[in-house]
Amino acid sequence: MKRWLKYVLPYKKYFILGPICMLVEVLGEIVMPRLLALALENGDPDTGARSVGLAVLLGVGMVLAALLMMAGGIGGAYFGAKASVNFATDVRRDAYNGIQKFAFANIDRFSSGSLVTRLTNDVTQIQNFVNMLLRMALRAPGIMIGALIMAILLNPSLSAILAVTVPLTILSVLGVIALGFPRFARMQTKIDALNSTVRENVTNVRVVKSFVREDHETEKFRTANENLKTAGLGAMKIMILLSPVMNILMYATILIIIWSGHKEVLNGDMPYWDLSAFIAYVNQILHSLMGVTMLFMVSSRAMAAGKRICEVLDEKPDLSDLTAAYPEKTVTEGRIEMKNVSFRYFKNSEEEVLSGIDLVIEPGETVGIIGSTGSGKTTLVSLIPRLYDADGGEVLIDGVNVKDYSLSHLRDGISMVLQKNLLFSGSIADNLRWGNENATDEEISEAAVRAEADTFITSFPDGYDTVLEKGGLNISGGQKQRLCIARALLKKPKILILDDSTSAVDTATERRIRSALKDGLSDCTKLIIAQRISSVMEADKIIVMENGRISGVGRHEELLANNRDYREIYQSQTEDRKEA
Amino acid sequence: MARTLEELRKRYNSAPAQTGRRMHGPRGPMGPRQSGKPKNVGKTVKRMMSYVGRYKFRLAVVLLCMLLTAVTSLVGSYLLAPIIDRLAIAVLPETAESIRAGMSAAGKVADSVIEAFMNTSLIASLTGSVAAEATVYVISALIILGTVYLVSVVGSWLQGRLMLSVSQHAVENIRNDLFEKLQKLPIRYFDSHPTGEIMSRFTNDVDNIDTMLNSSLTSIVSGVVTLVGTFVFMLTTNIWLTLVTVVFIPIFLKLGGLIARNSSKYYSSQQAAIGALNGYIEETVSGQKVIKVFNHEQDAEEEFGALNEDLRDKQFNAQFWGGIMGPIMGNTSQVSYGITVGVGGVLMVTAGLTPGALTVFATYARNFAMPINMISNTMSTVFAALAGAERVFAVMDADPESPDTEGALELPIVGEVVLKDVTFGYVPEKTVLKNISLTAEPGKKIAFVGSTGAGKTTVTNLLNRFYDVEQGEITIDGRPLTAYKRDHLRRNIAMVLQDTHLFTGSVRENIRYGRPDATDDEVIAAAKTASAHSFIMRLENGYDTVLEGDGANLSQGQRQLLNIARAALSKAPILVLDEATSSVDTRTERHIEHGMDRLMNDRTTFVIAHRLSTVRNSDQILVLEKGEIIERGTHDELLAMKGRYYELYTGVVELS
Repeated sequence: MKRWLKYVLPYKKYFILGPICMLVEVLGEIVMPRLLALALENGDPDTGARSVGLAVLLGVGMVLAALLMMAGGIGGAYFGAKASVNFATDVRRDAYNGIQKFAFANIDRFSSGSLVTRLTNDVTQIQNFVNMLLRMALRAPGIMIGALIMAILLNPSLSAILAVTVPLTILSVLGVIALGFPRFARMQTKIDALNSTVRENVTNVRVVKSFVREDHETEKFRTANENLKTAGLGAMKIMILLSPVMNILMYATILIIIWSGHKEVLNGDMPYWDLSAFIAYVNQILHSLMGVTMLFMVSSRAMAAGKRICEVLDEKPDLSDLTAAYPEKTVTEGRIEMKNVSFRYFKNSEEEVLSGIDLVIEPGETVGIIGSTGSGKTTLVSLIPRLYDADGGEVLIDGVNVKDYSLSHLRDGISMVLQKNLLFSGSIADNLRWGNENATDEEISEAAVRAEADTFITSFPDGYDTVLEKGGLNISGGQKQRLCIARALLKKPKILILDDSTSAVDTATERRIRSALKDGLSDCTKLIIAQRISSVMEADKIIVMENGRISGVGRHEELLANNRDYREIYQSQTEDRKEA
Repeated sequence: MARTLEELRKRYNSAPAQTGRRMHGPRGPMGPRQSGKPKNVGKTVKRMMSYVGRYKFRLAVVLLCMLLTAVTSLVGSYLLAPIIDRLAIAVLPETAESIRAGMSAAGKVADSVIEAFMNTSLIASLTGSVAAEATVYVISALIILGTVYLVSVVGSWLQGRLMLSVSQHAVENIRNDLFEKLQKLPIRYFDSHPTGEIMSRFTNDVDNIDTMLNSSLTSIVSGVVTLVGTFVFMLTTNIWLTLVTVVFIPIFLKLGGLIARNSSKYYSSQQAAIGALNGYIEETVSGQKVIKVFNHEQDAEEEFGALNEDLRDKQFNAQFWGGIMGPIMGNTSQVSYGITVGVGGVLMVTAGLTPGALTVFATYARNFAMPINMISNTMSTVFAALAGAERVFAVMDADPESPDTEGALELPIVGEVVLKDVTFGYVPEKTVLKNISLTAEPGKKIAFVGSTGAGKTTVTNLLNRFYDVEQGEITIDGRPLTAYKRDHLRRNIAMVLQDTHLFTGSVRENIRYGRPDATDDEVIAAAKTASAHSFIMRLENGYDTVLEGDGANLSQGQRQLLNIARAALSKAPILVLDEATSSVDTRTERHIEHGMDRLMNDRTTFVIAHRLSTVRNSDQILVLEKGEIIERGTHDELLAMKGRYYELYTGVVELS
């Protein structure tokens, strides 16, 4: 609760004025039946004052009250919208900015899909809730309490009936909701199941068709659909009990009141017009009860959404540079050193992903990293730009622990082309400028030439202004990889890391990229993770990874001579040739 | 350098927010929703009725209940007037004449019904004094009222319950038909429609239909009944007061239209802003790691901030205009209520309007506006549902895969594949394959080599008729592809595709996907062939380990191995391997080689691979460039040619 106060306080004006406006509406709702009762009293054939003037006056009074209520309603809508929109905008901003401060480990913990849902749907949910709260919170209970007071003032003994029926109504409504809620949860899982069946079918459509399993898929879908229907019916049939239960109680109350009321009228304890006013109040009380229950239902959903947003807001970035000893320092040389480094992704997992890593890479060196899937290659290089923090040992750049740099200086000095890389909506030039927003056109094309991307870019009719749709749907995988490399080169880094970044590039092109890197970035330390020996064999140094450890370091010939893992990889890629 | 709001809007608005996922409630996200106007209302309604129409009996009862409920709730409120009038008479007997005279026609009818009931029942004997008679009157009225209320409650519940079951069944049938149709659509359809879009047919659109069936129909029927009924009752109560109310109808319509126009204007600009913001969030949050690597957080915050601020303004307008609809319409009816009471008060004094009549009339005047509001609100739901239904039906009407030709065969296939002068393009103006000819003898291995986009995968798309050849011909065992039943053809071609696709289910089920009747031993043998057995055994539950979310708990390489095992289980005489081992590391690839050799031994195999080592020992290698075969021959022949293949090959291996 306290956490939300921060978003309420700047807009407290709206948060206060909104409900006040609604109170005006509530007062009107309560006064109206009273004025009606006065009109009836005035017009009474026998006891009434029977004044035309008073009758007109009461009519005018009601019209004025109605106009006042309208003003209150409009004001309520205005302030409610102001408050809820501002509240939500700020929450969304803080959540988004919070994500910007996340470390990789934080991002891994939430899936990006769930982060998106939280920022979009969940924020909308609480926004709607705040709006509804401001406009209903006082209104429904206000009308209920006001009408209750009026009813008691009008006739205390009749009001005693309400003391029984109102709590009874609340209890039975809560009962229905409590009964329905778990069923709705079950229904939600069936919805998810149905959706994933469809999604799977659509994405796997080629497999389905090539194995001719359409009937099987249809059968699977029918089952999921049937389950959803059953669960849906189960949940909804409880929820549709809500209105009959409330109506029965409401009607019963009215019947009892007429019965008891008529006796009082006949005894002369109550004027008959009061009876109709009383019934009007009872109607109001019970209707606003309905509103209160609605509020309950929405709030339980909003609470869930709010909780999910709080998880984002409360998430502590896994690493920060607040304790950095040299926040002003930048990467100048590109020397990398690791001392007895160990790492695991999950602090409670037993097996270490990296252990006992010791290595030194001198500035300007080209280092190849090779090893089987899951051997820790990507993890190893991720520690360099501090995407993750080592659990044990230390990672030093230019002799300084990476933790002692400011994150922005550290990462400015290091370019990493991720294995799963992405481009963003926008033109090719826009995307390349990620590396350096002030890059001139010459610098951009220079980087593109080095990454072997210039040729295909210029072959597009719009050249560098070609717009990439949805992160590059309109270009091939190999072209995408080359753009990612160009983007990384524009940063003019001291350390360049390519994580299997040329897997979709054909081999001849790859070789040209490698030699361009060697010539053009001679003073930049280059780390290249690859599957193919040919990609790394010319490196100054090759690191062979196996099961999270370094199994060997050396030049191609050295490793070939004395590293079994390396030899095996080599053989697996070359034996064919020997046979031929 | 953060982009300006204008640029961002342009960039992210082109893609309207497609909420393919269903996130929260059964009604889907509260955010953007696909709506839009239906184009052919009559046809769509008729078609939708065909789904609902199967439950004729239930629908008839529903309709009956709807009418009953609407009428009884009207009658219920009308019965209050005679009770109050009778009490007034009892308390002040001298006014009886004037009260009776002022009763409305309907009031008199109700009064005489109560009287009649009173006289036929046993309690009539209790009558004596005026007061006692009034009590008996009230008892009778309460009995009638109670019955009416009971009928109203039961009727409304019954109607809701039956409609629920009708709508759930109808929606289930719509979804089933939709899915079944989806299974019959050609690959072209899936290639040209994003997954999210297809998903939203199942979620948003069907949801809207569901909402309409469940609540909108009821609202409209009861709204119309209430409107007409109230009007009739008002007329019978007092013509002058009715006139006061009627005067307000055009004001209502005008005001409602004005607000609706404004609010829909602001609503759509809000939707555009939401679309842009969500598009931005989706993209940047998915690419969060790249943002971090490039120190781009500041720019992202600024750009997001610009879009967020933009939404703040737009959303306020939309919320405000949407929010004042209720208060303005509701309180306009309060104004008319006030005027009614004023005029009524005067009429009481001057023209002897009864207190009961005024009470009930005031209620009517107040309630008259409600159905108008309700119907106008519901219409937007109805339109959304019809637009959704139209999109659903559009999928159902999409052209399915062409039917098998008359007398299509199911002959055993040996596996001789011949392409004669095949030319093909996915769109007419862009040819992907040009004059491709090749002959694959049964059991031979044919490889395709070439850069991305050269048309390698297209060849396999044509082979199993994902797309049909337009020019030239493909024959299997001497017969054109169309001579075979499509299903039979596909059963005879096993494919391992570039993208690894697994299904939610156990490892065993996934391997067995191609041949559901395979024994466990066969499954294990296939897994061994693909070198998948050992890692499967290391999984938590071995072959019974459940894979979720397209096998996210496996590495890309392992998933490929499972795909290979799936194909290995199939007995198809033709095998297509499209980049089947691209993510498998080279050492593992060596391990599968023997298995693969055995697999390919007696089958006609088409191999597409990046790694030339994979295709080396093929009987024929075809080098594709820009849709044309530029070189063909065995590995050695191609090397000797010193052409493109030679270049590619020497690019890979410069070991010496």
